[in-house]
Amino acid sequence: MPLLEVSNLHVRLHTHRGPAYAVRDVSFTLERGETLGLVGESGCGKSITVMALMGLLPESAQVTGSIRFDGQELTAKSDPQMCEIRGNRIGMIFQEPMTALNPVHSIGRQVAEPLRLHRGLSASAARKEAISLLDRVGIPQAARRIDAYPHQFSGGQRQRVTIAMALACGPDLLIADEPTTALDVTIQQQILELISDLVAERGMALMLISHDLGVIAQNVARMLVMYGGSVVESGPTEAVFAHRMHPYTLGLFAARPGLLSQKGRKLATIAGSVPELVDLPAGCPFAGRCRFTIPECHVTVPPPHQVEPGHHVRCIRLEAVAAEKAAPTPTLPREGREEEAA
Amino acid sequence: MNAPLLQVENLVREYTMPRERLLEPPHKVHALNGVSFVIEAGRSMGIVGESGSGKSTLARLVMALDQPTSGSVKLLGRDLHALPREQLRQARRDIQMVFQDPYGSLDPRQTIERIVTEPLAAQGDTARAEQHRRAADAVTSVGLRANDLRKYPHEFSGGQRQRIAIARALITRPRLIVADEPVSALDVSVQAQVLNLMQDLQAEFGITYMLISHDLAVVRHLCDDVAVLWQGRIVEQGPPERLFSAAEHPYTRALLEAVPKAEPARRKARPSGLPHGTGR
Repeated sequence: MPLLEVSNLHVRLHTHRGPAYAVRDVSFTLERGETLGLVGESGCGKSITVMALMGLLPESAQVTGSIRFDGQELTAKSDPQMCEIRGNRIGMIFQEPMTALNPVHSIGRQVAEPLRLHRGLSASAARKEAISLLDRVGIPQAARRIDAYPHQFSGGQRQRVTIAMALACGPDLLIADEPTTALDVTIQQQILELISDLVAERGMALMLISHDLGVIAQNVARMLVMYGGSVVESGPTEAVFAHRMHPYTLGLFAARPGLLSQKGRKLATIAGSVPELVDLPAGCPFAGRCRFTIPECHVTVPPPHQVEPGHHVRCIRLEAVAAEKAAPTPTLPREGREEEAA
Repeated sequence: MNAPLLQVENLVREYTMPRERLLEPPHKVHALNGVSFVIEAGRSMGIVGESGSGKSTLARLVMALDQPTSGSVKLLGRDLHALPREQLRQARRDIQMVFQDPYGSLDPRQTIERIVTEPLAAQGDTARAEQHRRAADAVTSVGLRANDLRKYPHEFSGGQRQRIAIARALITRPRLIVADEPVSALDVSVQAQVLNLMQDLQAEFGITYMLISHDLAVVRHLCDDVAVLWQGRIVEQGPPERLFSAAEHPYTRALLEAVPKAEPARRKARPSGLPHGTGR
């Protein structure tokens, strides 16, 4: 039995502009100790997917489909029942450590809070445990700094503190939502190394959400590419990087400026902009921005198509994409002269 | 005129911290510690460094939004910090700025026309009709339409807002645009559109950029020279081809190594529970 099994998850949010289908038919599984990455741009539904797992969606949200975590159905759980899982069996690291931490409580108290709540430790036992956790995540002189407040730490150290909080109860699943986006590159590397060491050491499963393909490449074994609320491509990281097939994934890779790219070379762009979840097209969410669009694309959401073992792509134009990839002339990088449709 | 477009000489900016002890002098932070460089017209300069390295202090001083403790900033030979107020205002037409956050840098209550023409209005020597014509030109050159001028910022996406911010910078026909992290708030696919636009404007209007970024790849894409700023000093400087392939300063090397490569690496072997079906 997988640790986490999400099947046919749909999330509909109520906004002042009408219903928004933020997650459409998302299915994936995660085994114990496995690492999974979620890539996509803002508004693609990756954070909403995570919020659904954590039971943190707004009350008006409608969730259908199933989220099974360690055999239990999470979508059927009440709020108090979810509280027992959150922070206990599932730990989470957020993007902005300063907003994730409470500025008026000492870090020791915040790291000890889940220990007291979920494991019922006494204040002194929780404090001792908090010191060893802070020590493990690399806060220097943890015993002396445990009574310090968040503002007395640097951004990277604050993120280490939130990691200690997420780890406190020894969760089975660690969810990291853009954990390094607010940090400098050199700090980013240290934090990612810390997370991957901890995941290996404790046998946790990791779900890493990022918009950065580099971060995904280096840190997870399997990945999902999300666009417009659905998973457009999924598979082992190496397979997706080596044989990416979905036009959106191709566009995303081509749009990245490289360190070794030639100055003055045009970047390939994806015409248009990310659709708003409120007015998603009926069919493939990428239809319209995609060069391979045919009328059928607008009709239904394409089913996942297996291109190699474990590697699925939701696209009905794969032959055309494959034909272009095989063509000797490099037509892909030049697609990008179209202007953003105003 | 032979003066370089921008000449920054021995720029120092200290900030005085709040006094901690009554009888001791307050601490000082050296945000910039003697920075010198020259930007020649047509050779865009990238400034890279991490937070706290002094990048934004440098931008503020170059834009004459802040006074240096010592040192000078010369734009086309004129020392911006020594100019009388009225002449400084005139000099500002040659230098404009694009900010990081296109949501924060456009006033939500003003129309695009008002936002884009504000630098001209501040110069105070352009008639309204002429302002409108120039605004229409500016938004067209960034790929928007002239009738977008009547709209408000909330009607645009992040990438389009950054185009509006660029149009505002273009309207005085500046020689130098200081861009502070112009694409870091944008999504990857939209980032590419804005970078291509900045590149086109470079060729079309002969604009030179002073591009401040933590993203080495973005700098590589637009700039002819790069300066690496670390703890308020320039530790290494040169064309990106050389700097990125044969960095000399350990900090530059550390910065380069820290950039995650978009190639799946052989990660450390996981002790147990290797995912099934991943083919390894």
